[in-house]
Amino acid sequence: MIELTVNGKKQSVDVEPEMPLLWVLRDVLDVKGPKFGCGIAQCGACTVHLNGEPVRSCSVPVSAAANQRVLTIEGLAQRGQLHPVQKAWIDHEVPQCGYCQSGQIMAAAALLAKNRDPSDKDIDAAMTNICRCGTYARIRTAIHSAAKSMKSTKA
Amino acid sequence: MNWSMMPTPLRKSRRNFLKVSAAVGGGFALQLTLPARVFAQSAAKGPELTAWIVIGADDSVLIRVARSEMGQGSSTGLPMLVAEELECDWKKVRTEFVSTAEQVRRNRVWGSMATGGSQSIRSSQEYLRQAGAAAREMLIAAAAQRWKVPASECDVENGVIRHTPSGRKLRFGQVAQGASKLEPPKDVKLKDPKEWNLIGKAAHRLDIPDKVRGKPLFGIDVQLPGMAYAAIAQCPVFRGKLATVADERIKGLRGLVKVVKIEDAVAVVADNWWRANRMLKLLAIEWDFGPNGAASTESIREFVRFGLEDSSIPVARNDGNVETGFAQAAKIVEAEYYAPFLNHAPLEPMNCTALVKGDRVEVWAPTQNAEATHATAAATAGVPLENVEVHLTHLGGGFGRRGFQDYTRQAVAIAKSVEGRPVKLLWSREEDMRHDYYRPMTLMRFKAALDAAGKLTAWRVRDASHSIMAGVRPQEIKEGIDRHALGGIVDMPYEVPNLRIEFAMRNSHVPVGFMRTVFHSQNPFMRECFVDELAHAAGKDPYEFRRPILQGKPKDLGVLDAAARASGWGSPLPAGVHRGIAVQDSHGSYAAAVFEVSVSDAGELDIRRVVVAVDPGYVVNPDSAEAQVQSCVAYGLTSVLWGEITLREGRVEQSNFHDYRIMRMAEMPQRIEAVLVPSGGFWGGLGETPLAPLAPALCNAIFAATGKRIRSLPLKNQGLRLA
Repeated sequence: MIELTVNGKKQSVDVEPEMPLLWVLRDVLDVKGPKFGCGIAQCGACTVHLNGEPVRSCSVPVSAAANQRVLTIEGLAQRGQLHPVQKAWIDHEVPQCGYCQSGQIMAAAALLAKNRDPSDKDIDAAMTNICRCGTYARIRTAIHSAAKSMKSTKA
Repeated sequence: MNWSMMPTPLRKSRRNFLKVSAAVGGGFALQLTLPARVFAQSAAKGPELTAWIVIGADDSVLIRVARSEMGQGSSTGLPMLVAEELECDWKKVRTEFVSTAEQVRRNRVWGSMATGGSQSIRSSQEYLRQAGAAAREMLIAAAAQRWKVPASECDVENGVIRHTPSGRKLRFGQVAQGASKLEPPKDVKLKDPKEWNLIGKAAHRLDIPDKVRGKPLFGIDVQLPGMAYAAIAQCPVFRGKLATVADERIKGLRGLVKVVKIEDAVAVVADNWWRANRMLKLLAIEWDFGPNGAASTESIREFVRFGLEDSSIPVARNDGNVETGFAQAAKIVEAEYYAPFLNHAPLEPMNCTALVKGDRVEVWAPTQNAEATHATAAATAGVPLENVEVHLTHLGGGFGRRGFQDYTRQAVAIAKSVEGRPVKLLWSREEDMRHDYYRPMTLMRFKAALDAAGKLTAWRVRDASHSIMAGVRPQEIKEGIDRHALGGIVDMPYEVPNLRIEFAMRNSHVPVGFMRTVFHSQNPFMRECFVDELAHAAGKDPYEFRRPILQGKPKDLGVLDAAARASGWGSPLPAGVHRGIAVQDSHGSYAAAVFEVSVSDAGELDIRRVVVAVDPGYVVNPDSAEAQVQSCVAYGLTSVLWGEITLREGRVEQSNFHDYRIMRMAEMPQRIEAVLVPSGGFWGGLGETPLAPLAPALCNAIFAATGKRIRSLPLKNQGLRLA
């Protein structure tokens, strides 16, 4: 049995230690937000936070998450309040097909947790997830806008 | 892309229809055998006003959507068309996808469900607006009856009907029940575009709140009680077969349910997908590759090029006499162009969930053609159409790939072998990369004549290409000519007194299909780059060269002018920055693009600005329209810069995103300007047209910057890379 905390809830799973975290989340724990796109950490659709760090869960064995904290898109809203990144995604009409957006949002939330005022260069470096619909311009705008709103709520 | 060409709509024979009607009278209904967690049956609570609209006592308005949502925003745009005429409160609108079982039972009351060819808005706008108008009239009539006043004394706004003389009011929810019992009016008058309140104004997309919450909307997210998971390996050489498979190494392994053999593939069914896929790799599979096991990109390219040498090549169009034109020319220009195979690469790999129980089949699928999915499921399971239900999910991208039903066929075949248990089939990215219906490889050879004044007098096109129609609808091919493959060529907008278009159909063993913008993704590259060559040979500005020969096509000229104007064509640029321009109509709309680029001596390409002007007639949701332009830029530039599927030993060499590169955030042009110039009077598509002029405008800008003509894609093979 491997124990891990997913979105604040303790879970214990009886699976092979090498099973990727993505498939434990999706097929064992029924957490469908993280998506499968490539299986080789290229596209980032499976991005979740492991102890606050963005990771590509398709390429992280579940054993590496044992007794650790995993946060997925489903756990991003706090007390029913959407995360500022999610709000900005709605305000700027970011998603098209939406398939990559769980991963994009998790990557953006991780960026803003570390860097309160990211430059375009910072965004380019942090946001390497693939969006086949090409929502990149709006993702950039939404990140800047989320950064602004996080600043004003702090002040 | 023209999905009406797909041979799949659900047409019942009259006999069948009578049988079903009788059965319905007897209380038969397609019962869901299992509760799907998120794809519950109709959420409709309240009376139906036309097949499209259900209004609840709480004034909620449910509008049904018959087309697939794959990111293009039609699950918002289509309801907007209904709501525009219905005059309901847009804030109270919810949507649901049409049920294919109901579509069969009700004799295709929702029309086509196919989603492709940028057809969703343009081919259904009229009947959707009519449905909204009919429902509005029924609601007014019901209110007037209750008040015992003439309907002509009532008006309606925002879901409230008002008797103008007395000021009395009734909400839609109060009269919907009565209205639903009325006969829908036959002739309804649609609003003049000047009276539109919703159409043409940016609306928030209805699907976005769920998408930012990570809700399980997609086919891959389907979860059913007792569900098993399937991973599949298909014969790596197209048209090959499965010979033998030895499963000794996986016997007794954890989670194994079954190994399923189908004609050209083998699947492992297990209790989760990761285990299924891992066991799949442990199988010892022998394939029968058939006769194509030695084919390569080079051999196929030579095979296609051979069509250009064919002395008896069929002629699709012959205006004037090109030979006379060539004989009288002051200058002859000749060139040969090439475009490779491409993979669609939607981010959600192919998948389909199926349950076969007795003579009933249920399918959950991200599909661009739910009726084709339905028909495929029925045929594969060997049951009548009436015994099938397809639950339409959201699509994690489509781009034309999901109109083909290979994954449905496989899922139902696998589900049949574990009858009574739902199975979710999911392809790995590697399977998805290597088993597509690829954008066709195409070659063109041009010869054109300019007179002493630099005027284009004759043009011969030899087009050698794979044909999509040959596989999808062969009856469309007449005397060897596939006019669909000649899109943008045989119907080019330019006035050329002597014009000859020849077509050699060259189909290799590689399956080909509709990929976003279809032949307008490679044909305009060739045509518009060659026009640039002609302008250069004539010593003219490429924009000024086009204008006089576009005089007969005011809409093409209109977007060309709009792009030139918005980009400041002809105005000075910083040192080292150069422009390129191109124009192309497609999918009922018109687009032109201007690129500004600089290219270093080392071949580093800096795309500084992209201006795309589009005239789709009317724009329903401007925000979605702008998003489609941005989307086309990312999709189109990905193809131009890096896109190529190559073959070796009969099979595709690329396997995943490390060797089939997709554009990322840092690689996007900094400035993308969508210039929407809807001129009214027609309804065109928007999901594909903006892509058509991108490749040639970029390549023409590269020529302006370097003097190097790009006649073969992708650019990575031409010594160019992004700065």
